[in-house]
Amino acid sequence: MGNISRKQFITLGAASAAVLGLAGCGGSSSSDSSSSSSTSSSNSDDRSGNVYWLNFKPELDETAQKLAKSYMEKYPNVKVKVQTAASGTYEQTLTSEMDKTDAPTLFNIGTTAGVKEWGSNAMDLSGTDIEKALSTTDYTYKDSDGRLVCAGLCYETYGIVVNADLVEKAGHSVDDIKDFDSLKTVVEDIHKNAATLGFDAFAATDLDDSSSWRVTGHLANLEYYYEEKDDGGWDATPATIKGTYLPNYKKIFDLAINNSAEDPTTLSTGGHDPATEFTSGKAAFFFTGSWDYATISAAQKNTTMIPYYCGVSGEEKAGLNSGTENRLAINDAASDEDKKATMDFWLWLVTDPEASKEMVAQLGVLPYTDAAKGDNGYLNKAEELSKAGNYTMDWATNYQPNIDQYRKGLVSALNSYTADQSDANWETFKTAFVDGWAQNYKVENA
Amino acid sequence: MKSKAIKQSSQIKSTRHFWWLFLLPVTAAFTIGFVWPFIQGIYLSFCKFKTISSAKFIGLSNYASAFADESFQHSFWYTALTAIVCLVLINVIAFAVAYALTQGIKGSNIFRTIFFAPNLIGGIVLGYIWSMIFDGILQQYGTSVVLETKYGFWGLIILMCWQQIGYMMIIYIAGIQAVPEDMIEAAKIDGATKAQTLFKVIIPNVMPSITICTFLSLTNGFKLFDQNLALTGGLPYEQLADGKTINTTEMMALNIYNTFYSGTGASRGVAQAKAVIFFVLVAAMGLAQLSYTRKREVQQ
Repeated sequence: MGNISRKQFITLGAASAAVLGLAGCGGSSSSDSSSSSSTSSSNSDDRSGNVYWLNFKPELDETAQKLAKSYMEKYPNVKVKVQTAASGTYEQTLTSEMDKTDAPTLFNIGTTAGVKEWGSNAMDLSGTDIEKALSTTDYTYKDSDGRLVCAGLCYETYGIVVNADLVEKAGHSVDDIKDFDSLKTVVEDIHKNAATLGFDAFAATDLDDSSSWRVTGHLANLEYYYEEKDDGGWDATPATIKGTYLPNYKKIFDLAINNSAEDPTTLSTGGHDPATEFTSGKAAFFFTGSWDYATISAAQKNTTMIPYYCGVSGEEKAGLNSGTENRLAINDAASDEDKKATMDFWLWLVTDPEASKEMVAQLGVLPYTDAAKGDNGYLNKAEELSKAGNYTMDWATNYQPNIDQYRKGLVSALNSYTADQSDANWETFKTAFVDGWAQNYKVENA
Repeated sequence: MKSKAIKQSSQIKSTRHFWWLFLLPVTAAFTIGFVWPFIQGIYLSFCKFKTISSAKFIGLSNYASAFADESFQHSFWYTALTAIVCLVLINVIAFAVAYALTQGIKGSNIFRTIFFAPNLIGGIVLGYIWSMIFDGILQQYGTSVVLETKYGFWGLIILMCWQQIGYMMIIYIAGIQAVPEDMIEAAKIDGATKAQTLFKVIIPNVMPSITICTFLSLTNGFKLFDQNLALTGGLPYEQLADGKTINTTEMMALNIYNTFYSGTGASRGVAQAKAVIFFVLVAAMGLAQLSYTRKREVQQ
């Protein structure tokens, strides 16, 4: 009973949404359909089928809907439907949609846990045009049988954003920063002279909800990444971690909180708005990522991104933290015609000059050879470092178990530590970081 | 004339047969929106599930895990403490304010409006606003509501009082105004003091209001969620050596919510079991309190 009524309810909802959607399309496209149909009819005959893309990234929805519409105008025999799951509900939406007869043909597999769960539903992309179109295999996943089940649609990168002009003003150069010691020298010198310079080293490392992910998610990646590297790579979330590189994490965390205009004891409360501190030129260093490039470059002309230098040996060759949760997969259960249509649509999204330009404007960089070039300075920097032979630090943070509760435990411990930087408080943080991982792994896999 | 009357009464009779038709919309809405989810919720508490359609019956083990969960036990005691302190403070202050505002002070209506206003603001917004106010003060002393349990606790009490006193005050005002004037006059003529009038005449007569206000503030206190989430969100955590945490300012509703969204599979059923336990607890307490205070109500 429960199944039926719930499914019926969802079907009704989806049906009404679809009707509304269709009505919306009909209304707006009627004006220009006459002009476009004449131009597109010449090359439209070879493509047909149904594409149903269950989109993962809410901020891409508008662009995706628009591109789907123009694709259908170009190829009238192809029907493209784009649905976006509300933020944080992708797994639930995918689970219910996959049960249906018209299941998504194009869907997202974000993490290794996703590969475990949905990999068997995904088509092997090895040797397909998609694989050939990729510019790198860094953002693909294979399942345990070696099938290429998903490929990255886009990627992001994070690290320490530096205002090169301010560093210059303080009598240093960004190029001198090669490792933790040189970073420390510059940072401490700026902090010491903050009063005369008119700006400080680090923007506030706030621990409130709007900012704590900078350290509990992103900065923590350095610990997971190097530990993963020691282990020879992780395939799935390990049940336990060792915390080998926590002393390195502490080095850079201490450096950031103690060389800032804000008193460390006020970080638990937060509310300092570190992004504004950085864009207004009050701070020279800031933990953030490529998604902030547009905002920052509008305010500060000369910024760049440097890796998380933390005193690990060989870190002069470190790169930025690049990764993604946006990986597309094609539903293996779809008909051959629909699979072909889906693949063509995917290729068109990332290689068509017009379409990929719109995608790039929204996503930064598409890891496909023929995609339009983005102008995101931080992503370009990531690529530059990678080309120079530096190692890219992948998103080992994606492995964090029971993520929200785990991170909240870290925040609580860091709150106490920033209020009183004692060894005992750091020990508590270590427990939260290492034993908290094991505990949350148990909860997640109970 | 006579035939018309007969016709009318037969019309009334015929519409009487359709009583169920008029009940239908409300019954349907109540069933769809409350009864069915409630029954399904109880069923799910015996299941392991990730999505509702994939539920698998596993018996009582969810209840065993729920009772064994230290953080759930802690949240129960913390919730009980909060609810009782709230209950006492809110009702005493609300009654005092209501009493003061029925003494014919100038501008009573304006005061009533002002006292009632906080109740119109949503809990999440209140939580964030008050966390800023508290932190603004506590920062002077190098601490914060998310750093010490006692600040989180008293912060929540202050917030709840501020929000609920106005609401309870309105109910008490209505109660006090309904006390018959002649009773009070008779008390005055008999030479009763102000205090005697209050305790021997007014309070026994507003018992129905006290019943409803204590019921509301007790159940509100237990079901508290948004304010708790926005003010401290359970912080600070007490880190246990085995990696477990006790979220020291986490109340039961937030504990259930956090359990539901931690991990996949197993924890959802446990959260559901906790929710059923929670329901039984709140219902039992509410009913007990109702029957206790009902006995003290006087018939006018």
